[in-house]
Amino acid sequence: MMAQTQIQTDTTPVLEVRGMTQQFGGLRAVSDFNVKLMPGELTGLIGPNGAGKTTVFNLVSGFYQPTVGEIFINGQPTAGLKPHKVTSLGVARTFQNIRLWNDMTVLDNIRVAQHYWLNYGFFSSVFRTKQYKQREAQISEEAYELLEVFDLMQFADEFPKNLPYGTQRKLEIARALSTHPKLLLLDEPAAGLNSADAKDLIRLVRWIHEKFDVTIWMIEHHMDVMMELCEQIKVIDFGETIAEGDPEEIRNHPAVITAYLGDDNI
Amino acid sequence: MRQYSLNVLMAFVAMLLLVAAHFGWIDNYIQIVVMTIGINIIMSTSLNLVNGNMGEFTCGHAGFMCVGAYVSSVISVFCFGTKLGDPMLPASSVLLVFPFILLIGGAVAAVSSLLVSIPSFKTRDDYLAIISIAVNYMIISALENMDFIGGSRGFQGMKDTYWAMIDIFDGPWMLFWVILFTAFNVWVIRRFISSTYGKGVNAICQDEVAAEIMSVNTNKIKIINFMVAAGLAGCAGGLYAHIIGYVNPQSFNILKSTEAMVMVYLGGMGSLSGAIISAILFTGLMEILRSQAIIDGLVSPITFMFPDWEPSAGVIKWVMIPLLLVIVMQFRPEGIMGNRELSDVFPKLKKFYRFK
Repeated sequence: MMAQTQIQTDTTPVLEVRGMTQQFGGLRAVSDFNVKLMPGELTGLIGPNGAGKTTVFNLVSGFYQPTVGEIFINGQPTAGLKPHKVTSLGVARTFQNIRLWNDMTVLDNIRVAQHYWLNYGFFSSVFRTKQYKQREAQISEEAYELLEVFDLMQFADEFPKNLPYGTQRKLEIARALSTHPKLLLLDEPAAGLNSADAKDLIRLVRWIHEKFDVTIWMIEHHMDVMMELCEQIKVIDFGETIAEGDPEEIRNHPAVITAYLGDDNI
Repeated sequence: MRQYSLNVLMAFVAMLLLVAAHFGWIDNYIQIVVMTIGINIIMSTSLNLVNGNMGEFTCGHAGFMCVGAYVSSVISVFCFGTKLGDPMLPASSVLLVFPFILLIGGAVAAVSSLLVSIPSFKTRDDYLAIISIAVNYMIISALENMDFIGGSRGFQGMKDTYWAMIDIFDGPWMLFWVILFTAFNVWVIRRFISSTYGKGVNAICQDEVAAEIMSVNTNKIKIINFMVAAGLAGCAGGLYAHIIGYVNPQSFNILKSTEAMVMVYLGGMGSLSGAIISAILFTGLMEILRSQAIIDGLVSPITFMFPDWEPSAGVIKWVMIPLLLVIVMQFRPEGIMGNRELSDVFPKLKKFYRFK
């Protein structure tokens, strides 16, 4: 499964962000953000609407370049890298609103996400060289294996748009994992799920965390999901970090309560 | 058996056409129609790569055809013709050299596609359409101002290459090359688009952000896809130039691009078999509308009311084709096949062939 696994010493953080600031014109969406995730951690990022959580994920996954600050993935800086290069460094993410390729089969959705290690070009694909055949066989094998462990095998030839919402969420996570990430960013995986599905999701995330050698960082609004899953939670509001700690600390942190419920003296 | 059935069938039809043409069972007119069908298949399937599979909107495909036509014509005249000095190659080598002449024309057309593909990194939809029309006009204007290859008077002399082939063996050579390159074109596109590499193109169409995040190098795939499409269109241009024996920049203007677009949208976006079927239907329709008798019949209710009006076939054709596009967009916006291949529409066909 983990063909791309590199041996990392436990002292290199999977993700290190130093003094990251993102400015959209006059709006400071994220300011002086710092985080360090060690291998195997399961961390949460919460905050009220518009706090800049998704912007942080967009920055880490390379979709935006930070105005100020540095991001390191497994010790390597991502400055100036295009998102697909950042992905091949070992970051994968899901989206708040599901972004699957809806007119491709479930199997193809997983297969196309293997672009980072294709190692063949246009001419190999036309002439069907040995390298092409080998790589396609490997990709198919891995894709089927992944569908099998995610229990999505029966949908392999189905189009994602025909799947139930919860299954689409699951497929998106499977697709992200198919890039062999060291760091998995989950952007509101429980959004739009009912409580039964959300429970399944908790189980799924925990299972992924145990089974795959991956660090998980997730954004979520369902507090019960976060309290149950995360070892560490970071809270941001208006782009500023306001609290950090384990779930119990966060629950009673005055700044967090103010951010979510407002101040007493209006 | 299943794997080869379609190839065998196509080879058989091709052989039949060539033999029939060679022994004069089908006349020159039918041959020209068949060759036009071949060229239109190349044009529509290659444009389908960009407009259908990648979901970009470009309407300057004839510009690349023009580049291919001129480049291969000039090389061909340099090699075998007398118009630009003595022939550089012996006439006996023509059969070996000719496919390379077409491929070089295609390669130059592919490079010229960078004019559209690089802006397409940041531009989409209507804006890219405008850029592509601009590129089409740039190419035409550039060629019109190159006096050493005839400028706006056009360029000829490619028939020498054809005569050199006839000297070696008196057969329907152009028909042969058109069939060969059409098969080559479909083969390239099919293999490209069915590989994981080529499916990146579909991923860009369906969600570019997700494609970029899920490790697809979108800029590279866009460049490659545009190059393949333009390169194949360039080959089609080379064939066209050698069939007619004369090229003129204005024959590759926006009308020609529109023809290719009509074929793509008629056939269904992103459907290879749809593009082929619509190219055949469209060429047939064009030929039918060429007949003055049929046009007179079609507009007879109007000419009955306005007896002074005498419509010509050439004019009415360009009323009928846009009208066809309007009707298709109104009643079946997904085209004949609508993003599906023939074997998806008729699953029973899968028993008989597998197309790889």
